[in-house]
Amino acid sequence: MNKQRLKKQRWLLTFFTLLLLITALVAINAGTVNIPLNRVIQTFLNNGSFNDQFIIFELRLPRIFITMLAGMGLSLSGAILQSLTRNDLADPGLIGINAGAGVAISLLFLFIPLEPGLFSYVIPLVGMLGGISTAVLIYFFSYERHRPLKPLRLILTGVGVSTALSGLMVVIISSAEREKVDFIAKWLAGNIWGTDWPFVYALLPWLLIFVPLTFIKAQKLNILHLSEGVAVGLGVRIQQERLILLVSAVALAASSVAVTGGISFIGLMAPHIAKRLIGQRHQLFLPLAMLIGAWLLLVADTIGRSLIETIIPAGIIVSVIGAPYFIYLLMREVD
Amino acid sequence: MLATFKDLSKTQHLLIGTGLFIVMFVVALRFGAKDVDILDVFFALFTDQDSEAVLVLRDIRIPREVGAIFVGAGMSVAGAIMQGMTRNPLADPGLLGLSAGAYLTLSLSVIFLPSASMLLTLMICFVGAALGALLVFGLTMTKKQPSVFRMVLAGASISTLLYAVSDGLGIYFNRSKDIASWTAGGLIGTQWTQLWTIAPFIILGISVAMLFAKQLTVLSLNEDVAIGLGQHVTRTKISLFIIVIILSGAAVALVGNMTFLGLMVPHIVRGFIGRDYRYILPFSALYGAIFMLFADTLGRTLNAPFETPVAAIIAIIGLPFFLIIVRRGGQGL
Repeated sequence: MNKQRLKKQRWLLTFFTLLLLITALVAINAGTVNIPLNRVIQTFLNNGSFNDQFIIFELRLPRIFITMLAGMGLSLSGAILQSLTRNDLADPGLIGINAGAGVAISLLFLFIPLEPGLFSYVIPLVGMLGGISTAVLIYFFSYERHRPLKPLRLILTGVGVSTALSGLMVVIISSAEREKVDFIAKWLAGNIWGTDWPFVYALLPWLLIFVPLTFIKAQKLNILHLSEGVAVGLGVRIQQERLILLVSAVALAASSVAVTGGISFIGLMAPHIAKRLIGQRHQLFLPLAMLIGAWLLLVADTIGRSLIETIIPAGIIVSVIGAPYFIYLLMREVD
Repeated sequence: MLATFKDLSKTQHLLIGTGLFIVMFVVALRFGAKDVDILDVFFALFTDQDSEAVLVLRDIRIPREVGAIFVGAGMSVAGAIMQGMTRNPLADPGLLGLSAGAYLTLSLSVIFLPSASMLLTLMICFVGAALGALLVFGLTMTKKQPSVFRMVLAGASISTLLYAVSDGLGIYFNRSKDIASWTAGGLIGTQWTQLWTIAPFIILGISVAMLFAKQLTVLSLNEDVAIGLGQHVTRTKISLFIIVIILSGAAVALVGNMTFLGLMVPHIVRGFIGRDYRYILPFSALYGAIFMLFADTLGRTLNAPFETPVAAIIAIIGLPFFLIIVRRGGQGL
């Protein structure tokens, strides 16, 4: 049984890796300037024109990397949150991490003048700080002394905090000039805006820390996902494990969102699809969820870039795909 | 002190509420970017004198505060009805997708019908509020008693979708700022003509809601009891639903999104008036109006002469309420 599952996992992983690679190829030649496949290959073989080289290596590749990394981070974050809350509807975007990062970034953007060079390094950091402080706030609000933390309450509190922060956003936007509002509006809508190599370097370390950490904790997630009683019975230190996993989820989501802008639903969809394909064991579905998340976000961004002349932010495409999926999940739960 | 406040009779509460309302109304008129004399407020309200201060009051401040009264009353009653109907203490037009729906259609009208009349804008907002409500309720009400949690989460995600689409449209058509400033503007520039269009709907909505107050009380306790007592539950629900859409759609048309207002006020009111919706509804209207006057005055004076958007003030004051309700309802979740 287990061996069969592992085999299935290997097949699925291979399949999605291939799918991801093919999509990445499409993403390289799609966009405002269409670069045919043979020229893409020529460029990779170092025979391309300067123009092609610039577009591929300086514009498209970093964007593709960021999109994939962020997709991975968001889907893993969603998977953790879903298991911790024992609820398939949890998603980092819905519980306020996006809103927190958004407020922090807008404040910085509007009120602190930055050197253009410094900009790309500071903004992701500030976005992350915003996301993490929001998470701390949510944790603090839903914390009760001498009582175990209730994951559902954590999510509800998150929804409330997120709503209040959106209100705050209104103040910020209303006090800004038009060009700045456009940037913020685009950020909120999840326009992959960090499209330069520094952003890849800003995002990668967080994934390198928290992805392995989450994988190490996969067995704990299995147990926590079952029930509190079982977890205690098996000697899991619930509070401590929960806290570590929460921190990972928040860090993964906040760092991803900081470079991509407000993207919801990836963290909801990807783990869910992965679970349906291979089952509830975290060791099996977590890697798959990451690949699916990367693929989904890449597809959304590619569609957004090439559908019409204006770039439609990936976050909007994801929402348009993700919300019906969410609706389907809600309906299915009823039966 | 609180206990004695609770023990007051309904008439006494009505007197206190009305007194508070009048005081708040006068305070709202008196203070602002330009403070006026209390006598001018009197002149503006009761005489046809026309000094400069009186004209300012009559053309700018009075319509604005009257707008605040209607929006506050409408949103609060809408919230009260939703809470009763769904037996969900966290129900609020802003949280459960109605505002987001109205915002989407409003964005569409800002983009495609920039010169739409107030009445048309209002209708457009009704359609949007209905869309948001149908999505959220249609999805969660299939179960007889959907959990608070599912509803709020469904509301949050449907809102995310609707906002995403509105933002996308705003970006695509380069109108983000115009759309955002609808909400950011709040009550700025409210005119009598707008009020003449919107107020009748809000008055009608609240009045019709009062006719259903008794059914709503039973419904808020237990749906089976309501059926057992021979209520046409579905008919009642649909009627209440339409009222909620009209009230919150009208509020969005005038001031944009306003979360937590409809959540907060009915909870405060229930605290001293009990669980009977024949009283909850009118008192929600009264205190909603008072609260909105207060919030708008705060918005005008906090950082004068600049305005702090009233939606933001309410979102920030409302958050603690939301958190307290989540805490109290913690067991049931």
